Amino acid sequence: MTPTEYDFLKRFLKERSGLMLSDDKQYLVESRLVPVARKNGIDTLSGLVQAMQRGGNAVLSNAVVEAMTTNESFFFRDKTPFEHFNNIMLPAMLEKRASSRSVKIWCAAASTGQEPYSIGICLKEAAHKVAGWRFRILGTDLSSEVLEKAKAGIYSQFEVQRGLPIQMLLKYFAQQGDLWQINPDLRAMIEWRKLNLLENFSHLGEFDIVFCRNVLIYFDQQTKIDILQRIAKMMPEDGFLVLGAAETVVGLTDAFQPVPGQRGLYQLKQAASATAAPRLAMASSFGLK
Amino acid sequence: MKQCLVVDDSSVIRKVARRILEDLQFQITEAEDGQQALDACRKAMPDAILLDWNMPVMDGLEFLTSLRREPGGEKPIVVFCTTENDVAHIARAIRAGANEYIMKPFDREIVEAKFQEVGLI
Ligand SMILES: C[S@@+](CC[C@H](N)C(=O)[O-])C[C@H]1O[C@@H](n2cnc3c(N)ncnc32)[C@H](O)[C@@H]1O
Repeated sequence: MTPTEYDFLKRFLKERSGLMLSDDKQYLVESRLVPVARKNGIDTLSGLVQAMQRGGNAVLSNAVVEAMTTNESFFFRDKTPFEHFNNIMLPAMLEKRASSRSVKIWCAAASTGQEPYSIGICLKEAAHKVAGWRFRILGTDLSSEVLEKAKAGIYSQFEVQRGLPIQMLLKYFAQQGDLWQINPDLRAMIEWRKLNLLENFSHLGEFDIVFCRNVLIYFDQQTKIDILQRIAKMMPEDGFLVLGAAETVVGLTDAFQPVPGQRGLYQLKQAASATAAPRLAMASSFGLK
Repeated sequence: MKQCLVVDDSSVIRKVARRILEDLQFQITEAEDGQQALDACRKAMPDAILLDWNMPVMDGLEFLTSLRREPGGEKPIVVFCTTENDVAHIARAIRAGANEYIMKPFDREIVEAKFQEVGLI
């Protein structure tokens, strides 16, 4: 692959999925795209790029975009977000939505489904508290391949052993040989849709809780800002945003503010102080901004 | 440093497990079957036990059942680590007092995840 061809790929990916490829990622591009080329009867990466440049092959372009996404996920990844869900977000919603008894949750980069299913499991575990409530969980992702897997809810032995306590495996999965499928009632809790975060998503409606984890890291500053601001517009004043361990809103937008002392948890600017102040009595730490 | 007893009749598995667990800052002792493991526990209860199921002399389940009846035998955190990967086996292990369960083949990430799960790291 020539430098010009690499540049073409970089620009193409930035435009299509937001992915920022640095110049030292040649090996990654090769390991991900050689199989795509082969599958399409093309021998070399140069050949693949030329086919893309000729245009008109949406299937091929899509396959390239999807192959370059990093889809790694696991159940209860990083633990803390799900503790926040159980101990902060859920109690807040149970109090604030007492009249509608309806809560909407969005996993904006759901990948193979472990994140929405982990939330679903939290809700099952809290069954006595949420009886009579409607929780809508929407999982979206750019890649149709991962969504297929998420929908099926079938995981390898390796995947169910990362982050999932054994008791939960027994309780919420059915074994199929060496594979494990999440139970039908949990699968029914989640709706799946293909969605590119670079595109407009306001039609999805309003969400009380948004998990947008481990996806912004792949984007440039401007893209992060844009997505965060569009998410903010879809949230009620008392909603919650959850980011990945390596992500933050700080320095990007002041639409959101960190909930003090709660890593990775954010609220709209006005609301953050309201939640934090009575609980932690340290509203003054907001002087940061 | 926490003590972990690795119980497996395969010396290869014990070696792999030892390497992973030493990296996680455990001090390792080894046993080749349930009886050896029980003898070791009677001398000194470890903090953790990584336990195979199928072994000669005394298998893992029998060992675990005996261990939990020993004085101080409720203390060690027991993580099964076996090729037995069906629901019935897992459920039996948990009923007998296992704290976590690893289905072989395992790797560093799984051991680490499971040990975290039970608060050992
Ligand atoms: C590393 S996974 C994160 C999964 C999960 N949220 C977690 O934290 O474990 C990142 C996901 O973001 C998706 N993704 C990448 N670019 C995207 C875009 N522009 N729009 C929507 N999803 C995107 C990828 O397909 C991938 O499944």
